[in-house]
Amino acid sequence: MSILVQTDACVGAGQCALVAPDVFDQDDNGIVLLLEPDPQGADLAAATRAVRLCPARAIALSTT
Amino acid sequence: MSAPARVVIVGASIGGLTVAESLRDEGFDGEITLLGDEPHLPYTRPPLSKQILAGEWQPDQAAIRTAAELDELGIRVLTGRRATGLDVGARTLHTGDGPIDFDELVIATGTEPRRHPALAEASTLRTMDDALRLRERMEAARRVAVIGSGILGSEIASAARKRDAEVLLVGRSGALGFGGVGTLLSEELVRLHEAHGVELSLRAELVAARPAGTSTAPDATELGFADGTTRTVDLVVTMIGGTPCTDWLASSTLELADGIACDRLGIAAPGISAVGDVAAWFDPITGRHRRVEHQSNAIEQAIAVAGRLAHGAEGAQPVPLFWSEIHGTRIHAYGWFDPERPLAELPKSAELPNTAESVGTVFGSHDGAGELRGVVGWNAPPRDFRTARAAVVTSAHPLVAHS
Ligand SMILES: Cc1cc2nc3c(=O)[nH]c(=O)nc-3n(C[C@H](O)[C@H](O)[C@H](O)COP(=O)(O)OP(=O)(O)OC[C@H]3O[C@@H](n4cnc5c(N)ncnc54)[C@H](O)[C@@H]3O)c2cc1C
Ligand code: SF4
Repeated sequence: MSILVQTDACVGAGQCALVAPDVFDQDDNGIVLLLEPDPQGADLAAATRAVRLCPARAIALSTT
Repeated sequence: MSAPARVVIVGASIGGLTVAESLRDEGFDGEITLLGDEPHLPYTRPPLSKQILAGEWQPDQAAIRTAAELDELGIRVLTGRRATGLDVGARTLHTGDGPIDFDELVIATGTEPRRHPALAEASTLRTMDDALRLRERMEAARRVAVIGSGILGSEIASAARKRDAEVLLVGRSGALGFGGVGTLLSEELVRLHEAHGVELSLRAELVAARPAGTSTAPDATELGFADGTTRTVDLVVTMIGGTPCTDWLASSTLELADGIACDRLGIAAPGISAVGDVAAWFDPITGRHRRVEHQSNAIEQAIAVAGRLAHGAEGAQPVPLFWSEIHGTRIHAYGWFDPERPLAELPKSAELPNTAESVGTVFGSHDGAGELRGVVGWNAPPRDFRTARAAVVTSAHPLVAHS
């Protein structure tokens, strides 16, 4: 599993950094920053939740 | 509780799709059918009035999932299929192509734009097809009038200014609204529009419109206002709110008021739930049934309903979260806002350098007991907004005292 982010779709809502703070952060403009592209265990569960919650569908989980 | 065998979802947009995906996240292995009347696979609507209208994105950038991905998830998607009726007792959905039986139905049919009585034919915006049509008309328009003082009116005015059109934004109530924040941000929004050259007419009642095409401006329309003034423009867009898509449920036994009345878990009747813009969940915070027209609300309600259908889990009550971008200014709102109480600026967090990019404001909304119940980030530094968000009291005690 790896995380893909699409920064041009991000609206800076910060759901990701709030539910998975070890995987995502935001830059000064609020745009998502990927801290951990290949999260494991609890971080993976949190990242999956962030993917679902992101209101802009700007992050995705990839199985490849 | 045992999981249902067949889940049918009506409305193939963010709410409906998130129910389907979340059911699979929760390990549900029954049949999932997602049907919607648009010809497209699910896409996100927020970019329609922003990147799509401004010409910055192509339609496929708003798509959410490919047909192959949906197939892999075992979600059967029927596009171009309209639900026409519902038999609550028999658990049968009627569609243009025949009935579909279900064990659980989730309704996520959203809203459709309200038509202005004087301007029934004017452009409006809800779907991708609307956005592409409007984009084409906007390319040719030098003078644009936007009727509607809500957030989408502001966004469309902003998109038209990006194209250098002359823009008139017309409202009736004297103030500009911002979703669940009501008109508490009106002064800031007025200043923002004025700084970007939008002409505002916020106490104007549109009473008539007639074609006024000339050889140089074939699409011109003359707008007439209640005070006797007129204005000629090349393009009129009406954005005066939406009505829930429940006409197809009129002969069912579901309780319809403003939307589909549901309990606090989203249940409308045994075996029938509703999520998103069409659903009026009971809100313990305000003590009322309330519809919320925000993307995040549709997503959180969808996740909660999927958890309940898959294994009886009771999810947390969604907290309203909304964002917009107007003339390049990013605005986020989280929580509840009492229209009677003005917003107060919250202090900036000390550890952040006040660089040019991070000048922005966080406003707070407090209830009668002085507790923080909502926050607005106005170009706010993201960490400031997150810190403020975390301080919002979301426990279920009422916001406004009422009878
Ligand atoms: C232009 C625009 C910009 C927006 N910008 C923002 C924003 O910046 N931030 C934000 O938080 N929110 C925004 N929103 C609101 C957000 O898009 C909605 O809250 C969200 O789309 C609601 O999702 P939903 O699934 O409940 O309904 P919808 O997205 O409305 O989907 C309902 C679907 O059901 C279909 N349908 C209706 N009736 C039937 C039927 N009888 N049979 C079959 N199918 C049917 C409809 O055609 C539609 O495809 C915006 C909305 C619009 C229109
Ligand atoms: S949740 Fe989505 S939109 Fe919000 S900051 Fe993260 S990636 Fe961006």
